Amino acid sequence: MSAEPQRATGPETWYDIVVRLLKANDIRLVTYVPDNVLSPLIRAVHADPYFTVLAPAREEEAVGIIVGSYMAGMRGIVLMQTSGFATLPNVLASLVVPFQIPLLMMISERGALGDHQIGQAIVCRTMRPVLESLGIEHFAIQRLDDVEFIVDNMIKQAFSTQAPAAMILSPLLTKRST
Amino acid sequence: MAPQKSTFRSSLRIMNRSDLTRRLVGKLTANEAVIGGIGNNNFDLWASGQRPENFYMLGSMGLTAPIALGVALAQPKRRVFALEGDGSLLMQLGSLGTAAATALKNLTIIVFDNGMYQITGKQATLTTSTVDLVGIARGAGLVQSDWATDEAHFEALIDLALKGDGPRFIAARIDDQKPAGTTERDPVKIRLGFMQALASNR
Repeated sequence: MSAEPQRATGPETWYDIVVRLLKANDIRLVTYVPDNVLSPLIRAVHADPYFTVLAPAREEEAVGIIVGSYMAGMRGIVLMQTSGFATLPNVLASLVVPFQIPLLMMISERGALGDHQIGQAIVCRTMRPVLESLGIEHFAIQRLDDVEFIVDNMIKQAFSTQAPAAMILSPLLTKRST
Repeated sequence: MAPQKSTFRSSLRIMNRSDLTRRLVGKLTANEAVIGGIGNNNFDLWASGQRPENFYMLGSMGLTAPIALGVALAQPKRRVFALEGDGSLLMQLGSLGTAAATALKNLTIIVFDNGMYQITGKQATLTTSTVDLVGIARGAGLVQSDWATDEAHFEALIDLALKGDGPRFIAARIDDQKPAGTTERDPVKIRLGFMQALASNR
């Protein structure tokens, strides 16, 4: 049995694991509005011909594209930061939740644990109340060891229960480990 | 100095949304997908006959074109039409840039422009003052963007779109007549019917 070629840079990072799990779950379309924390993941999906990657102007638009592609048989995910999520309550409440769309969201958590931007800090406090009031499954990933289990299972649960899922990338994962 | 009105738009023939929707649907013979935007656009799509390949958006104002783009991307062999209103499109102008940059040959965005938020009491939109949506679409990079000058021209533009040389943007000035029906609002039923239709004839 031939092993995968060993990366010169060492063990898998959180974004290596995410890329591997997106592929394992047939997630071929990635839409995003960028964030610095997400940039290695964004670079990785751009560099991999498995993925179709679009960078629309707003997070709402990124969600609309994924909803359309899902209904036509192509699975996708939206990448965004906390402030981008704060633009989404209307589309989640009027499209994603009532139509029972398994929308995958990966959100880099800004505004917590040392962020110097006051706007990010205040908008961050709106994220969980919005997710909870809409009944959207969400989980913050804090440790590298948990990335595989949380991402794989949240993706699978979204599609098996016809429900959106928010995978939150905590600074404990993205800042502490780098 | 007073803002200058879009003079070309003001010279255009005013048509009817229900009539144009029926003219579009009458030309669809190959299981084309149609995404009906919020409110009157999807009401008239519904009233034109409940094709299984129609999707009726119930909220999420402005996302008709992005949803259509997602469908078109996932199924490159199927022609896909977005039916949008002027007020809705003004909310998500960036989507025109995405449509141009993605350059999907099977995508057509149609905007019915009556210059008003008709369903909320006919308040004026920006297209009654200075905004020309075809100008914006061209500026966004949608080279094939046209005002339909009359019903025959609208049909000719649909014929071009059906050839699959998109992306295309078609705008038509319309009146303020009420829609010819009202969509049955059951989101899961709408989605399942649409997904079932799109799973066949791919």
